[in-house]
Amino acid sequence: DKIRALDPMLKKRDDFEDMLEERRNSSDLRYALRCYTPVLYKGLAPCKASMLKSMVLQSDQLHHVIGQVSRETGRAADDVQEEASAILEEMAHCLQLSTVRFFAFTLSKVFKTLFRSICVNEEGIQRLQQAIQEHPVVLLPSHRSYMDFLLMSYILYTYDIALPVIAAGMDFMGMKFVGEMLRMSGAFFIRRSFGGDKLYWSVFSEYVKTMLKNGFAPVEFFLEGTRSRTSKSLTPKLGLLNIVMDPYLKGEVYDINVVPVSISYERILEEALYAREMLGVPKPKESTSGLFKARKVLSEDYGSIHVYFGQPVSVRSLAQGRVNRCQFNLVPRHIPRRPSEEIQSFVNDSAYRLVRAQEENMVLKPWVLLASLLLQNHHQDQTAGQKRGMVLEELTAQAVWLRDMFREYGAFLHWPVVLLDICVGGQVKPGEPHSTVTPEEELLSQAVIVLSCASYRNQGLHVFLRPALLASAINAASSNLKQEVFNSFSFLRNMFSNEFILCPGATVQDFEEACYLLVKTGALQVTQQELLVTERGQRTVAFLTSMLDPFLQGYQVVCRFLCEEATENLTEKQFVPAVRKFIIKHLLAGRLRYTEVLSSDLQKNSLAALLRLGAVQKIKGRIKLSKVTYSSVFLLRTCVNLTYNC
Amino acid sequence: MASNSSGGGSSDRQRIAQQRLRIIAGHLQGPVDGDSAILAAECKAQGSKTDVCREGKTVPRRRQEIMKWNGWGYSDSKFLFNKKGQAEFTGKRYRLSGMIIPGLKDWMEGTFGANLQHKTPATPLLTSSAVQPATLNKAFLEELKSTGIPFSHDAEDRVFRAHGHCLHEIFALREGKFGRVPDMVVWPNCHNDVVKIVELACKHNVCVIPYGGGTSVSSALECPPEETRSIVSLDTSQMNRILWIDEKNLTAHVEAGIVGQDLERLLNESGYCTGHEPDSMEFSSLGGWVATRASGMKKNIYGNIEDLVIHIRMVTPRGVIEKSCQGPRMSTGPDIHHFIMGSEGTLGVVTEVTMKIRPMPEYQKYGSVVFPNFEQGVACLREVAKQRCAPASIRLMDNEQFKFGHALKPQVSSIFTSFLDGLKTFYITKFKGFDPNRLCVATLLFEGDREKVLQHEKQVYDIAAKFGGLAAGEDNGQRGYMLTFVIAYLRDLGMDYYVIGESFETSVPWDRVLDICRNVKARIIQECKDKGVQFPPLSTCRVTQTYDTGACVYFYFAFNYRGLSDPVHVYEQVEHAAREEILANGGSLSHHHGVGKLRKEWMRDTVSNVGVGMLKSVKDYVDPDNIFGNRNLL
Repeated sequence: DKIRALDPMLKKRDDFEDMLEERRNSSDLRYALRCYTPVLYKGLAPCKASMLKSMVLQSDQLHHVIGQVSRETGRAADDVQEEASAILEEMAHCLQLSTVRFFAFTLSKVFKTLFRSICVNEEGIQRLQQAIQEHPVVLLPSHRSYMDFLLMSYILYTYDIALPVIAAGMDFMGMKFVGEMLRMSGAFFIRRSFGGDKLYWSVFSEYVKTMLKNGFAPVEFFLEGTRSRTSKSLTPKLGLLNIVMDPYLKGEVYDINVVPVSISYERILEEALYAREMLGVPKPKESTSGLFKARKVLSEDYGSIHVYFGQPVSVRSLAQGRVNRCQFNLVPRHIPRRPSEEIQSFVNDSAYRLVRAQEENMVLKPWVLLASLLLQNHHQDQTAGQKRGMVLEELTAQAVWLRDMFREYGAFLHWPVVLLDICVGGQVKPGEPHSTVTPEEELLSQAVIVLSCASYRNQGLHVFLRPALLASAINAASSNLKQEVFNSFSFLRNMFSNEFILCPGATVQDFEEACYLLVKTGALQVTQQELLVTERGQRTVAFLTSMLDPFLQGYQVVCRFLCEEATENLTEKQFVPAVRKFIIKHLLAGRLRYTEVLSSDLQKNSLAALLRLGAVQKIKGRIKLSKVTYSSVFLLRTCVNLTYNC
Repeated sequence: MASNSSGGGSSDRQRIAQQRLRIIAGHLQGPVDGDSAILAAECKAQGSKTDVCREGKTVPRRRQEIMKWNGWGYSDSKFLFNKKGQAEFTGKRYRLSGMIIPGLKDWMEGTFGANLQHKTPATPLLTSSAVQPATLNKAFLEELKSTGIPFSHDAEDRVFRAHGHCLHEIFALREGKFGRVPDMVVWPNCHNDVVKIVELACKHNVCVIPYGGGTSVSSALECPPEETRSIVSLDTSQMNRILWIDEKNLTAHVEAGIVGQDLERLLNESGYCTGHEPDSMEFSSLGGWVATRASGMKKNIYGNIEDLVIHIRMVTPRGVIEKSCQGPRMSTGPDIHHFIMGSEGTLGVVTEVTMKIRPMPEYQKYGSVVFPNFEQGVACLREVAKQRCAPASIRLMDNEQFKFGHALKPQVSSIFTSFLDGLKTFYITKFKGFDPNRLCVATLLFEGDREKVLQHEKQVYDIAAKFGGLAAGEDNGQRGYMLTFVIAYLRDLGMDYYVIGESFETSVPWDRVLDICRNVKARIIQECKDKGVQFPPLSTCRVTQTYDTGACVYFYFAFNYRGLSDPVHVYEQVEHAAREEILANGGSLSHHHGVGKLRKEWMRDTVSNVGVGMLKSVKDYVDPDNIFGNRNLL
């Protein structure tokens, strides 16, 4: 059983069906107008948006908070009630079948132009259908593109499944027409931040809970909170997950089914945008006219999409033995309370588990492997001062080697029978930037290409993250002693836990899993005392280590920046531009190997990690090295040393 | 039946007494106790004025002469399928006795997937050789003999007192399996006898387990298997006299061994009642009610046992505990009665109790209301509780139980009645649009002055109407209450055909009622599935009592165990899970069944560490040698 838990190769996965195929062979109009009769939770009749609103406004919880706010601020209760009503008005969805049909029609056209195929695991759809009838359902898709939620609704409509209501960021509301269209297709809008606003929080959480508890519709939101610009999963945000788990914990429903959905794009619509954004070109504000300008994407090929509906996860079984639900017995359940530590840690762990479940079912295309290899090669070339690229045969041979390794590690690979029919002959390497003026501009435009490339590589990171951490730990440790390697693994893992999805408190499991995989592939021998890299394991370990190298260098450079250049008055806002400047300087001077470290995502993550580890402090919005304590100096040193070692 | 009474408005007490007799226990032809002569000498009842003669005595020393040794109730009353395959209830004691119940077979087959071909008959006779030989304490025995208090170490007597009515207990009996059983049974005749027995037990270090009606469903009567001392079962059944009635203060002083039906019947003869009617009242005893904090169906008018008790006398190893007066309320530190009530036989034997009595109600009327769904029904009960206008009894059955009730309808004699029934069904489901798979029914019992009853009735029906309720007649209501008396018999029928089940209860705040009902029922179904039960279980509930701040909820749970190797274990796992679910949903560990040994593991969480410590220290003081060693509660 333990082996089963450790060996990802033993995971069974469903087959895919291309849902666009039927769209190419039959009328879109008929499809958009067809009879749509989804099964509902316990055969419930769907609830009108207006009725939902009044249920929320009449809820005990909201009444309580309105009373509280009114007492605290001295405002009339009616006044506060009105505000609550306005908040709800701004927030609420008004799902209309006609709009959904409109989208079904237009999206069919758009999807057929953009994508070769949209593959869905139909068994997953069947499981979802079953889950919806049993308990309220929460859908948790991965988030890589704006396309995600339209795509989700499109798929659910196609398979005659209850349309979800979707938590969307307020930024969409900027696009007047589109915002309303989305609202009518089931989106509800939440402000990006409402930290202290009790009333807002209360309306929001009651709204979500009412929909969920009564099973009116599946609730959909993105655990990652925002689109990942790097194709790596983001550390989960807990706010909404807390809200949707609450009805179970308080016994208001018997159970809740949470369904992780993995959406893998062969090529993400926004890929170039993301790279620019991370290099400091600000992201364009969402606007309707911008959307129309963006229509030129319609002429490009975005390959295929794989959507995998994962195994529904019962919240009840997640909470079994972890949460004592009696804690809600002594206070009326409608009085909002901060979740107890027990519940916070439960929700946090669950969130990580769910993001990992998303990761596991991400479909990887050959490009992911090729990008990984090309990037490594590119860096080697750069160090050697060459611009050679790779011979196709060599790339192919390496790709096959890597494919087998990926498979051993349990990756969900989609490997076409005929490979590389689109590859040009001769040598392959990441594209050449066009001739530009300054070296800095040249560097940045090259960085765009490298970051785009990296985003392909990142899709596969989760597969060998743990073995890679172990490989790096073996390199960094001063001896082969198991305990030393573990310590260094544990340090790396801890440091990178803002960067990658590493479940809190699972260091030992992760270490065991990594050892298991490396041993299984013959790269490592584990004795009582020691971990020894085998002869044939050298290549694997080298590959794995160099996968993490760019990240290590990124963290190192941030540390160096903070040690060498950070002024007294560095604010959080100034941090990224200042680091960027520092990095560009060093890159141009040839003192840094990886252009990738220009990524603001990497820089922010390393700052967050240093803050978390206490090496750096934030005082009144300013970033400061912790008062020279032993631990912070040690931390920074270790950080820097580690990277030098690697 | 109750509607008959509407004929005589200012009816004489005699007639009502007769009628009540029929309602509760009109069957009593108490078998003559041949041994009574032996006992005649000893106890002089203190207040001999209303001392009850022994003719009406229901419970003989040899209980097995009239009651089943391996099932519920009287030997002559049971469900069976006759040669035509129709269900029938035998005997003459109940309203249902001698009747054919045509719907029961289909219901059993449909609900459980049971089959009349697949029988699981019980071991017919008790084989004494299978019973562990008695461990007798010679010295104790000798001294006991000298007191003249009757006792027995006959295997049948001992086995009868080794169990309550938990499923696992009855299941084992039916298989002819006996665990640790008491080594002897004693039958004290009065308070002083008990004092003597307890003194002797202390002197000779003998374990005493008090035994009242034997209707426990908490494993409270189970002998701890690790007990090495001689175990004496102290059967209180012969202490069953009403010692006096005080009409000025409306109290009665009663020996604690009296069973509910005798107490009511005897008080009725004088025109009074206690109004305490737990579902087990045919067999359960006053002392048992006190020891478990019992609750009666009509508590809305008369109160629960803690409201009814004025004075308690209990014999403990430290001596006799009692209060010095009968003031209606006292501020004299923590109420010592509350150490006694709920002590579950761990501190001593309750011997005499002074209880409140009330004049018998002039008028009784049943009623029922059909609601479109359970949610509406609960909302109505909540409103009734809020307005504090609950009738003597108000119970809300869920849809499954409503169907169950229907299945128990006896064969109707006239075409007209069956036509009327059809018309009613048509009206409710077709005309009013109630979904037969969602509707539920509340049963009502009103009591008091005729005029007030009618007024009260109107008030309650008006509230019900606001929640979509439709009056559904007296007959439905009455049948609902009858069901509670026969349902225990029905379990024995199920056990003949691979079906096992039980009920359990809790109390819960109003805002949690719907959640707890839904979640516990769902948990039962899920657990059955997970544990490999091959057929969908019956998982149903009813709200049986209302309070200002919450309600008492009863769950019934049964399943067909064909294909399971250890059905009782599966049953226990499911019940355990259901109890966890109850607790996780804000329900109490028990509303009135008590803790016993079955629910002990949750006591600490229920009353906190300090709470357990308090109870322990009381036990340690009162009974340092654990003479009352049934190991209940703590």
